[in-house]
Amino acid sequence: MTDASAIRPGIRASLMTPDTRTRRRNAAEARFRLYGRIAIAIGLAALVVLMGSVLANGLGSFRQSFLTLEVHLDEKVLDKSGARDPEAMKKVTTIGYGKIVDAALKATIAAEGIVVEGLTDKDVSDMISKEAAALVRNRVLADPALVGQTVAFKVLANGRIDGYLKGRVTMDSAERDSNVSPRQLELADALVARGILAKSFNAGFITGPDASELRPEAAGMGIAILGSAYMMLVVLFLSLPIGVAASIYLEEFAPKNRFTDLIEVNISNLAAVPSIVFGILGLAIFINFAHLPQSAPVVGGLVLTLMTLPTVIISTRAALRAVPPSIRDAALGIGASKMQAIFHHVLPLAAPGILTGMIIGLAQALGETAPLLLIGMVAFVRDYPGGLFDPATALPVQVYNWTQRADPAFVERASGAIIVLMVFLLAMNMAAIVLRRRFERRW
Amino acid sequence: MTVSVLLFIILAIGAAGYALGVRRARAAAGGDTRKLHSLTGYHGQSVLLFSAVPALVLLGLWLVLQPLYLDHRAGAMIAVADIPEGGSLDLVLADVRRVAEGLDLLVASGGMTEDDLAATGAADSDLKARLGGVGVALAGEVGEGVFEAARDYRHATHGLSLAMAAATIAAALAGLVFALRRIGTDYRARNVSEGFVLLLFIASSLVAVLTTVGIVASLLIESIHFFRLYPARDFLFSLTWNPQFRGGSDLGIWPLLWGTLYVSFVALLFAVPVGLLSAIYLSEYASRRLRALAKPAIEVLAGIPTIVYGLFALVTVGPFLRDWFAQPLGLGSGSSSVMTAGLVMGIMLIPFVSSLSDDIINAVPQSLRDGSYGLGATQSETVRQVILPAALPGIVGAVLLAASRAIGETMIVVMGAGAAAKLDLNPFEAMTTITVKIVSQLTGDTEFASPETLVAFALGMALFVFTLGLNIVALYVVRKYREQYE
Repeated sequence: MTDASAIRPGIRASLMTPDTRTRRRNAAEARFRLYGRIAIAIGLAALVVLMGSVLANGLGSFRQSFLTLEVHLDEKVLDKSGARDPEAMKKVTTIGYGKIVDAALKATIAAEGIVVEGLTDKDVSDMISKEAAALVRNRVLADPALVGQTVAFKVLANGRIDGYLKGRVTMDSAERDSNVSPRQLELADALVARGILAKSFNAGFITGPDASELRPEAAGMGIAILGSAYMMLVVLFLSLPIGVAASIYLEEFAPKNRFTDLIEVNISNLAAVPSIVFGILGLAIFINFAHLPQSAPVVGGLVLTLMTLPTVIISTRAALRAVPPSIRDAALGIGASKMQAIFHHVLPLAAPGILTGMIIGLAQALGETAPLLLIGMVAFVRDYPGGLFDPATALPVQVYNWTQRADPAFVERASGAIIVLMVFLLAMNMAAIVLRRRFERRW
Repeated sequence: MTVSVLLFIILAIGAAGYALGVRRARAAAGGDTRKLHSLTGYHGQSVLLFSAVPALVLLGLWLVLQPLYLDHRAGAMIAVADIPEGGSLDLVLADVRRVAEGLDLLVASGGMTEDDLAATGAADSDLKARLGGVGVALAGEVGEGVFEAARDYRHATHGLSLAMAAATIAAALAGLVFALRRIGTDYRARNVSEGFVLLLFIASSLVAVLTTVGIVASLLIESIHFFRLYPARDFLFSLTWNPQFRGGSDLGIWPLLWGTLYVSFVALLFAVPVGLLSAIYLSEYASRRLRALAKPAIEVLAGIPTIVYGLFALVTVGPFLRDWFAQPLGLGSGSSSVMTAGLVMGIMLIPFVSSLSDDIINAVPQSLRDGSYGLGATQSETVRQVILPAALPGIVGAVLLAASRAIGETMIVVMGAGAAAKLDLNPFEAMTTITVKIVSQLTGDTEFASPETLVAFALGMALFVFTLGLNIVALYVVRKYREQYE
């Protein structure tokens, strides 16, 4: 050792006063800490901004603008014969009902004494969603006795008017928009002031089917939720037994040899294969080769099963490994066979861990979009699927579908659907955490 | 008879087999079950397994092989002349299937009787209209060969479906009888059924291997189809991507590969420092409370579906970058760009990098830290000069895993990066990636005969090989590193 003071002369007078080098080192230390804090702040800020943006964009979609109208169901238009025969009444299309609804709004405007400069008939009729006529028609066909009476209906307002109430459409943007005129917005203001046009909870958004590009106000995600639910059933019923069986074999029975190694390497590699490759697999094998129907939940479920299987196997194996060998030894010691030891003792003890892994796998499958795009789940579906082989869509795919449409009202819908998706995921992850907390045993 | 009914019958036979097995075992022991080698439940279980499992396997195989056989049979009936100019046998076979399905619907709806069907030919002028009436729309006229093949196809389908029902039920019953006859006091039912279950376990663990085989086979076969139609040299070395649906496309992979790598690079540039530094801070500096709060919060980011990130890119990040950076700097005017997709993907990768690095940093032995502190190093000096070098191989592995994630990510780039394939350096320009093009070439109504569609499989192959290679290297590095301190 050389004498330190010879290298750095006049080093320090006292330990109480830090010299320049110490100060530099301390500053470096403080800087490093700051970097770490900034990194964490960035991560947390990203989470907050992400959630905030989704909530800010999407919460509006749960409330929708409705017009409350007294509709006079004119017998002359709706049932010329007067026999109230539903078969004959079906001949009147939604166009006929549309005129009645338009007339009801016009009558309301006149009765309330609202005057808007230059308001045309088309402006008035465009205040109402095209979906309103279908609503009235279904109600009348279900109850023909209504014809001839004046009935109060709560009908959807047009998407642009809804946008105006939510601040998406303004007087300035209406000037430039061919689909909505400032006169309509003035009318909307007057109707809001009189309580005829108001926002209220929109159950149709959650349970209703998707609607065409031109009527965002009527679009719902009922079919998508149902399709996702069907797929989750397929995933649950396939990947739980297959995953548990494979894990039991690999963890408890498999001899250590080349073959077992091959399976293990395979599973860990499959876990890292991009999800879209599973979509290609589904398209090539299930649809082109096995001729299963496109857009069917069964195909989506199969693809998602193959995708989540590695996750399920990895977590199930961890759960089985966590059961101490003494349990197995005790069972074998009192004469159980190996299979009995596993089914009667190891599996029940590992069950909470297995279920936790399964729920996490399901949550992963529920949010997956890319493979489903390739197997045709993007199709426009209006009918509720009755089974696994009927066309349906899935919740995340519906979100993607809406973002590809031109009307900005669909962005609000997409964000709203994401909120629903996240609520499902949150519930599943909570269930997993609760399971782990309540039943996890440490030996 | 539909498949679900058949499935139900087989399971019912199995359940009946269980009950019969239990009864027969009890009868064989003369009521004293102690005389049996195995508990009665195991006798029942062995009957259940022998009756249901082989029948189910047969059903599955039949369902896979029947369409293959039918296609082969219909293909043999189609003359070369029936294949239209520019079409392929696959397309004609699809027509055959649709006509056969339409005929089925026609007969079912009473629009045509079986006798009518035998008498009509393709020359029947209103055939197309009648098929259209039951919801089967055909593009062109139905040729004589196609019609004959369709009629035969329909006939064979009916015959085979009946045969399938008969064969599977027979298999279930045969298994039932076989297993029942073996029951006796000396029959080792437990050993037999446990052996059977073990076999099922092995079969389940092979599903993973089969999936890999399926992926590789489907990618390879369709890629070979593609390279027959389009020269491999152009695909691998051409610098333009310009698919034309009338033929004469340029399908070079380079613009897509460049977009993929550029977006991934931006993502890693963001995610690696943030993820690594937050992992270091959380494991070396943070108080217990901060750690308990911040670690799960960051990991929540990992559980968010990619579609949410995609929407975030489309609605929030894209317009923000365009209005605050790209337009003021004069670099671009669109909201989809490499920067948008890269940043959002970077956010997605933060928890990935941070939790992997956290594990790796925690695996560095405490003795190294203690030695460093003992020599008078500060905490940050210890981290930078002792822990990071010791953890470096593991961190490299983590970064490689993150890179493979970034390359295979789809929804964020579909919604954030744009669709224009170009070789450009400007990060505020829209570019496209391999995954985006796989989605765009394979969604919508596609026919599997054109190179423009088949190229998606070649792209998938490239993606698969790329990510697999990265993963293998990364796992090797991480494993090697773990062994070092164990």
